[in-house]
Parts: sequence; structure tokens; C-alpha cells
Amino acid sequence: MATFTLPKNSTIGTGKTYKAEPGATNVKSFKIYRFDPDTGENPRYDTYELDLDKCGPMVLDALIKIKNETDTTLTFRRSCREGICGSCAMNIDGMNTLACLKPIEDVKKADVRITPLPHMPVVKDLVPDLSQIYAQLRSVEPWLKSDTAPPPDGERLQSKEERAKLDGLWECILCFCCSTACPSYWWNGDRYLGPAVLLQAYRWIADSRDEATGERLDNLEDPFRLYRCHTIMNCTATCPKGLNPAEAIGSIKSMMVERQS
Amino acid sequence: MSITEDAREAVMTGRRTDGTRVRRPLSPHLQVYDMVQMTSGMSIANRGAGIAWTIGMVFLVWWLVAAAAGPQAFANAQWFFGSFLGMLALAGLTAVAWFHTFAGLRHLYWDFGKGYDLPAVHKTGYITLIATGVMTALTWLIAIVSW
Repeated sequence: MATFTLPKNSTIGTGKTYKAEPGATNVKSFKIYRFDPDTGENPRYDTYELDLDKCGPMVLDALIKIKNETDTTLTFRRSCREGICGSCAMNIDGMNTLACLKPIEDVKKADVRITPLPHMPVVKDLVPDLSQIYAQLRSVEPWLKSDTAPPPDGERLQSKEERAKLDGLWECILCFCCSTACPSYWWNGDRYLGPAVLLQAYRWIADSRDEATGERLDNLEDPFRLYRCHTIMNCTATCPKGLNPAEAIGSIKSMMVERQS
Repeated sequence: MSITEDAREAVMTGRRTDGTRVRRPLSPHLQVYDMVQMTSGMSIANRGAGIAWTIGMVFLVWWLVAAAAGPQAFANAQWFFGSFLGMLALAGLTAVAWFHTFAGLRHLYWDFGKGYDLPAVHKTGYITLIATGVMTALTWLIAIVSW
């Protein structure tokens, strides 16, 4: 059931403001969502003022600087700092993206507002619980399924055209920016698989080496799992890798129709 | 847990450092997300237009029933639709009908597997908005001229 407001324990209060050091000239403030399970208090926004002249260009640089120099309790996921691991996915200035790929100067507003991926249970600060979405990924069995043994003298071969069908699909890093940008996934995420998982499903449906296409389509033939996609397209608009989950879902829908005729 | 309960309920409970249970907050969604962008904005507007059109149908039914019920009832209905508020409602309904139609055609285009890339999404979105404005104006122009 769609609930447009936040539950009582999730409304966000105002927290502390950490002023920039005196003499700083190029100051930007970062309004960051904080939640500490140990205090029993509601989430809050803490504001950190940073001197951009002493900070790297990306939002992740700012977060790391805050954690190193101002407030060591600030909690977030990060690893590769180059947009390939998907760890630092979060909502920055109203859109989901990777903090490591988002230049601070792209945010024109006075505050850079940072919150966790939307409509997810919060473990701490900017860290959401992803168990549900991982379980959904598991349900589409994202691996090669084939009854035919591979040729004894080499790999399973594909033509250039067959391989080209996987472009725009294999690049997905599973950061889940798209799924958590989807209003349909917000309201129906218990049963709707969401754009990221459906793109993964299509990555294997489209693979010429995979022999379980019919089985995979059967699994998705469901009013919720696939058809809760209403082509809102927030997924494609937000993908930090420039992929198109909505198009992948559209392709699955087309295949559902084509196999009936 | 009953089967009607949201399966995500299972991950809404976490543990504190001392091991006691804590109810996790839900991260903000509509509260922070940019919903007026072309993608979700058009989707919400299309839903809104559908709802408004459904309510508008009640007025159309009233008008037809009034016409069948007799001259006095019909005169009352005509008076309402001729009033400022009535005209405003009719103008709004015209816009809503055109918008819902064009947005529906846009969906049909997607269902043919076309227009999924972002520049195309923005282009068809603007076309929908402009076409709605033009056709609404045209409809009223024809209505007023032929009145």
C-alpha cells in the first residue's frame, strides 16, 4: 500500500551545525541525513560547512573530509571512488547517484542535501539495508543456465551481433540508484522486482548462450514482478552509468507478447 | 506475520550495539526526491488527469440526466455550465482530456519499443505538453466560433 508520508519514527529533525574554520572563503554547506540506532532518537539533518578550496571535487571527497576531520561518527559506504563498485549510491540534491561521480559544483543550491537511497530501511546514517533487493536479484538467477555442455576445445562462442545485445546491460554495477528512484518500487517493492533487478533479468534473457529464456520469462509473467513498471522512467533519468533499465523492461514486455503469437 | 503484510517488514528491525532490537527508520522518498522532472512529473500528471477526467464524467452524466429529466433540470445544468465556475471546469476538463490522450499515445509509442532514450523522453514529453496546450486552445476556439 502506498503511504506518501514518512512513519513517525522516520521524520527528520534538525541536528547540529558544524561551522567552517574561520578565514575560509569558498564555503559550501552539506546537509546530511543522520540516524544512530543506539540513541533511540529520530533521524536528523546535520549541517557541515566545508572550505571547498581544501576539498576534492566530488561529493564523496567532501564526505571523506568530514569523516576524517570533523565528525568521525558519520557513516557511509564507499570503496573504489571511481564509479565501478556502486557502494556510495545515495540521494544527492534530489536525485540518486554515486557520490564519487557527482561533482560538488553541479549542486547549485546553497545546501548539498544528502540522504540515503529513498524508501529503504536505514541501518545507520547513509547506509540502507539492501537485503530485500539482493533477495530479489537472487530470484532472477543472474547466472548462465545451459543444458548443453560447452564445446570441449573452448568457450561458448557468440557472434558480434549476439554480443552487442548485451551492451548497456553488462555495465550495470548494482548500485540500485534506479530501483530506489522508482515510485512504483517505493510503493510495491515487496513484490515488484524494480528496474535494477529486471535489467539483470534481461541481461540473461538477451544472452545467446543462455538456454533458460522461456523459464526466465515464465518467472516474470506476474502482475507484480514485471508489470508494476509503468514507464515512469525515473530509473533511466537517474542511472549514474547512463544505462537504460526502462528500455530493458520494455524489451522483456515485448518478448512476453511476442512469445504468445 | 499475516500474508497480507509487506514482506519488507522483515528488514525494518535492526539491532543496537548492545543487541537490543530497534525499529529502523524509512529513508525519505517523496520528501527529498526531485519529482517534477520530466519523467516522474509527467507520470503523476497523467494519473492526475485520469482522476480529474473520471470526476468530469460525473458532470457529463449530470448534464445528460438533466436533459432527460426535463426542461427545468436541464436549464439548471445549463446555467451551471454557463457560469464562470462551470466554464472554468469545462476548460480544465478539455485540457485534461487532451493531456491524457497525448500521454496515452506516448505510452503506446513506448509499448512499440521506441523512444526510451532520455533525449527522446524529454522530446516526447514537451510535444505532449505543447500539443495539449494547442489542442485545448483550438477546441475552445472552434467552440466559441461555432457558438
